[in-house]
Amino acid sequence: MSDMAAPSTAPDELPRAKTDWLPLLLIPALGLLTLPFVGSPSTWVTLTVAGLAMGMMIFLMASGLTLVFGLMDIINFGHGVFISLGAYATLIVLGPLSGWAQADSLGLNLALLALCILAAMAVTGVVGAVFERVIVRPVYGSHLKQILVTMGGLIVAEQAIHAIWGASPIPIPLPQSLRGAFVLGDIVMERYRVVAVAIGLVVFIGMQLLLNRTRIGLLIRAGVENPEMVEALGYRIRRLFVSVFVAGSALAGLGGVMWAFYRQTLTAGMGMEVMVLVFIVIIIGGLGSVGGCFVGSILVALVANYVGFIEPKLALISNILVMALVLIWRPQGLFPVARR
Amino acid sequence: MTEPLLHLRDVHTHIGPYHILHGVDLAIPQGELTVLLGRNGAGKTTTLRTIMGLWQASSGQIRFDGRDITAASTPDIARSGIAYVPEAMGIFTDLTVRENIVLAARSGPVDKARLDWMLGLFPALKRFWNLPAGNLSGGQKQMLAIARAISEPRRLLLIDEPTKGLAPVMVRSMIEAFKALKAAGETILLVEQNFHAASALGDNVAVMDDGRIVHSGRMSELVADKTLQQRLLGLSLDAHQ
Amino acid sequence: MSSSPALALPFDETRRRGGIMSRVLSSDLPRSKALTVILLGILLLLAATPFLFSGSQPVSTAAKICVFIVLVASYDLLLGYSGIVSFAHTMFFGIGGYGIAIALERLGATWGSVLIGLAAALALSAFLAVAIGLLSLRVRAIFFSMITLAVASAAAVLASQLSNVTGGEDGLSFQLPQALRPAFRLLSEPVFGTAVNGRLLAYYLVFFVSLLVFLGLLRIVNSPFGRVLQAIRENEFRAEALGYRVVAYRTAASVISALAATIAGALMALWLRYNGPDTTLSFSIMIDILLMVVIGGMGTMYGAVIGAALFVLAQSYLQVLMGAGSAALAGIPLLPNLIHPDRWLLWLGALFIISVYAFPGGIVGRLRQARQ
Repeated sequence: MSDMAAPSTAPDELPRAKTDWLPLLLIPALGLLTLPFVGSPSTWVTLTVAGLAMGMMIFLMASGLTLVFGLMDIINFGHGVFISLGAYATLIVLGPLSGWAQADSLGLNLALLALCILAAMAVTGVVGAVFERVIVRPVYGSHLKQILVTMGGLIVAEQAIHAIWGASPIPIPLPQSLRGAFVLGDIVMERYRVVAVAIGLVVFIGMQLLLNRTRIGLLIRAGVENPEMVEALGYRIRRLFVSVFVAGSALAGLGGVMWAFYRQTLTAGMGMEVMVLVFIVIIIGGLGSVGGCFVGSILVALVANYVGFIEPKLALISNILVMALVLIWRPQGLFPVARR
Repeated sequence: MTEPLLHLRDVHTHIGPYHILHGVDLAIPQGELTVLLGRNGAGKTTTLRTIMGLWQASSGQIRFDGRDITAASTPDIARSGIAYVPEAMGIFTDLTVRENIVLAARSGPVDKARLDWMLGLFPALKRFWNLPAGNLSGGQKQMLAIARAISEPRRLLLIDEPTKGLAPVMVRSMIEAFKALKAAGETILLVEQNFHAASALGDNVAVMDDGRIVHSGRMSELVADKTLQQRLLGLSLDAHQ
Repeated sequence: MSSSPALALPFDETRRRGGIMSRVLSSDLPRSKALTVILLGILLLLAATPFLFSGSQPVSTAAKICVFIVLVASYDLLLGYSGIVSFAHTMFFGIGGYGIAIALERLGATWGSVLIGLAAALALSAFLAVAIGLLSLRVRAIFFSMITLAVASAAAVLASQLSNVTGGEDGLSFQLPQALRPAFRLLSEPVFGTAVNGRLLAYYLVFFVSLLVFLGLLRIVNSPFGRVLQAIRENEFRAEALGYRVVAYRTAASVISALAATIAGALMALWLRYNGPDTTLSFSIMIDILLMVVIGGMGTMYGAVIGAALFVLAQSYLQVLMGAGSAALAGIPLLPNLIHPDRWLLWLGALFIISVYAFPGGIVGRLRQARQ
């Protein structure tokens, strides 16, 4: 019977999968383009690794925000506080286990980092759940109120950090074996940055697998595109959204730990400072797009590093320039998310 | 007379400041195809969306399968066995055809027999199985949308203008597919502007105007009564032949 | 009702009467007896501060209130009337301050320098506001918030890095034109015990320019242009469908708001004889502005007056009170920490959140409601 019905199908040609490669090509193009300006290939590798590490950290901090926006059209200006909170949560682990940081054992040092990350993600996940319930939920549907209220949440939470841990900056040293650099011939790569790249890649691949290979991931992607239809299929999108919000907060906490060890100082405002980059990145990537967020993070970080080396004065505004150029090219960002 | 599967009684719906449905009364009998006709803006889509809980009825009652679903949430309504195909189809363009169907089959993997049946109805889907649904043509998207609705057993299908904007050849194959669905015993509420398609498929017909049902009865009676057609729809069947 | 004074009458009636007060206020009257009394009180106090209080702190506080009224009112034009959130308002405030500071420092302490500095600052602000508006508002209003945040932070970094122009973190101190210096005497004899010197002139310069700009903003929000802005705020799509070019209107609002903030920055610098990152550019001032406009009442203009007056007063005097309270509670765990003067933002933040949820009209909205 199917064969009989076949002629009734419109005789379209087979559509091809359209993958948008152009934005992806930006990264290697950028690398090749800057190589002659940087001059020495070994310096270029060092800059590139540093840029990648930076990009991965930004990605960790930004990915949750972009998903939360995509799924529920909610913009959380208080996201930065989860970065700070994650960073401060390391103190819970570093306090009692300071010996592990001093020990000259890579295993023990990495275990310490892992514990810090776990503690940070647990704390920020729980606070994220409360934040969603108390701050965000009453203002669904109004961007204006969301921006205001989440900003208010940020103020209160930053002050709470001050009240709990004190207002002065707290130094946190890197664990012993993560200090220093690998030297391969002329190429110098700071160890911690290599670790940051590795963790960033693991999270990115994990997220890709989750989003593309699991039912939850399918639901999230579907929900970003058309939340109403997801509900009409019988799924409770609220529950999904809360989980994504909590996961996004926990990822920000993870990013906060990585960021804190990178700066080796804790301040309550550190999250808000880096939020500027986070916003630039999710705008460049296309609000709601995880892949775009990844490409955007690496792009922004690499540009900052190359420009910082070639023409330091320009580095201050290089991010804004990248964003302006991308928006002129694609007003919705590199990977615009189709919506309804 | 058994109780209808779906029963709307004096349903009013407001959207923002606008009063759209002014007391809709509608009964959908089990195992039959009911066509909802009416000009643009008569409230057909709003009726479907109100049944689905996407817009909340401000008064009146909606009973489904003996249960009051007037205030139920959209997911709960869907879980009670109603599938909805909106006019815009609601395809997830970023997901593949397969992933769209996997999501729609909420209770688990689609069993082999059902899958074969579905793909038999819409063979085009088989060819594009692992491609992003955004690449499909309009007609293919419509097929996917209906396939999604029947990806697991449902009690009732709500389908909004499935032939809209389709080429005549696609309209014909869509009509064939609906005939097959009817033969399989599905209960369907179909919004349709195309009277030719509507009259070919409908067991029952309800005509809406200005947020109310102004006529309901057997489709065969409406097809036979040209004056009634003229009065209700402002058109005659001849014009379409 | 008939015995009420003209100010408390409903909107339409007063408009028909068209009294002088109504014309000055662009027919947008306070519409609440309590609000009228409070606003008049603030106006009179600000007008008479130099003669009522001795010492420099009260006058400085009053000048700061005047400047912040303009700054917050211009922000209200964006937030309350246009429904878009900008985080670059302090950037424009800073541009005004730096315009004055750089011009007076480089070109000498003359009125010509003041004009050149102000004109240059206004031009730069207008250019940036247009550029940001066109880049972000044509996609979706939410981009605007994020992009203004990014641009403002870049501007702050730039100002602190380009220290040979801006003085970096230290900022710039400069001389004022002769007539505004403390040593300048307009009258040889004091009036009501207050010396009529350059400092007094400087205060009234700040006061009257602020008053004028505020009344100008009030006129703008009550003009047809202001009504279109509000229509866009209520329903962007319908306004677009009616043929209003939403992007153009919002960009125009953002330019006007930026220009007013620039003037406020210039006044601030003139009053302080100094401009630096902490007085005009910092993000914490941006937070202060948000608090003032929301607590005072968004979309009311008068909210800016109340919010600014309340906030600046609290900043100057409440923290002292909290310090005393904190000291009194010493010994109890956490509690003294919570009412420590440095923690006052915690409470303001909480008040801010509650305001957004429960009193979107802020204090002005409450007062107007209480009247009905």
